[in-house]
Amino acid sequence: MTSIAAGHEAHTEEVSWRDGKRYAWLLGLVVPSIPFIIWGVYAASNGSWVTHAAWWLAPIIVFVLIPVLDMALGNDAENPPEELVKWLEQDRYYQWILYLFLPVQYAGLVLACWMWTTFDMTVVDKIGLAISVGVVAGIGINTAHELGHKKEKHERWLSKIALAQTFYGHFFIEHNRGHHVRVATPEDPASSRFGESFWRFLPRSIAGSLTSAWGLERKRLARMNKGPWTLRNDVLNAWAMSAALFGALVIAFGPGILPLLVIQAIFGFSLLEVVNYLEHYGLLRQRAESGRYERPAARHSWNSNNVVTNVFLYHLQRHSDHHANPTRRYQALRDFDEAPQLPAGYASMIVLAWIPPLWRKVMDKRVLDHYDGDITKANIQPSKREKILARYGATA
Amino acid sequence: MSQFRCPVCDYVFDEAAGDPHEGFPAGTSWDDVPDDWCCPDCGVREKVDFEPVGAT
Repeated sequence: MTSIAAGHEAHTEEVSWRDGKRYAWLLGLVVPSIPFIIWGVYAASNGSWVTHAAWWLAPIIVFVLIPVLDMALGNDAENPPEELVKWLEQDRYYQWILYLFLPVQYAGLVLACWMWTTFDMTVVDKIGLAISVGVVAGIGINTAHELGHKKEKHERWLSKIALAQTFYGHFFIEHNRGHHVRVATPEDPASSRFGESFWRFLPRSIAGSLTSAWGLERKRLARMNKGPWTLRNDVLNAWAMSAALFGALVIAFGPGILPLLVIQAIFGFSLLEVVNYLEHYGLLRQRAESGRYERPAARHSWNSNNVVTNVFLYHLQRHSDHHANPTRRYQALRDFDEAPQLPAGYASMIVLAWIPPLWRKVMDKRVLDHYDGDITKANIQPSKREKILARYGATA
Repeated sequence: MSQFRCPVCDYVFDEAAGDPHEGFPAGTSWDDVPDDWCCPDCGVREKVDFEPVGAT
């Protein structure tokens, strides 16, 4: 097949296609810019209620504005033809947008530290700012996720740098070598189970991912006849980067910024974990006769195709294609009709996951439908297994 | 010396070069790579799924 790329359009013998989201991807940079927007609003609003609301800008944008825009603007019509995926991946423009996220993210963190120590803020204002910075940090993990999957060394480095802010550098190891291998199985700490609330999943995923990352690195280093206590351990060198960052900020702004650093990191990685929670809820890969799990397929991830969240999360919601082709670049990810669909975009579903009764009401029936009513095919919370089997009429 | 390719992401394990970061020095025989070792680039497939590229 011949492929001729003229400008931003591609033509092959069968298809002609143009990336309608090419410039929309720049909107992703709005998120790390939030501390700057807050600063601007603070400077312009003279201590009115607007000033106090401004500190909460990031959660307002991500958990209110984006869900509303998702509902208003609907689904994403763009789906690059499979034939053009390679062509689209080679366009370096898309990589540069991603790289730009990082300097803005860290400039925003420094600005937040400065505002924290300089401005006249109430306790509630401070909590708002810490959570706003945490939202940026959490979405920074999404950027790190995209970078960490790539084969190029410098992108893996950038991934670790993006994770330094949340002290979550081990994610880069565990996600690629742990989660992707064991996704949608009971062995994966980052795949949530039917009947498991987000609040129960959160500590399990945090602890499980940490021990898994450590185990993976220990195993890799053991093959080199080395112990785990070395800076060649990617978990330790990533944490060293975080320690250096936090240390430098404390030296520059004083220990008074420690609450900001701690709250934003916890909120940031908890935001990643809630996204983990909704990506594979209840889904299970069946075992083949050999005892191995079947290969991850479209049916093992929850997808959504809302255009606004798609743009802000670099197509993370096209999650089935991501698990089938983890090294594929964000701009080339495709939406599959056969993949299970969430009723709303990831941003809205995050809010739902925080409220377990609502989550169960919306999602449990969807898991059940996905398995044509056979709940035994789902990944079930072990402690609730009997109760769930009894309730949904299955015996096993 | 042979090469083996990941069927998902085209990562190639070359016995001659090994993969030192993964703990397999140059000259590591494919037989010495554990069966449960998964592709270091995509994590989707394990050693047993790799396809031989051909002898050199």
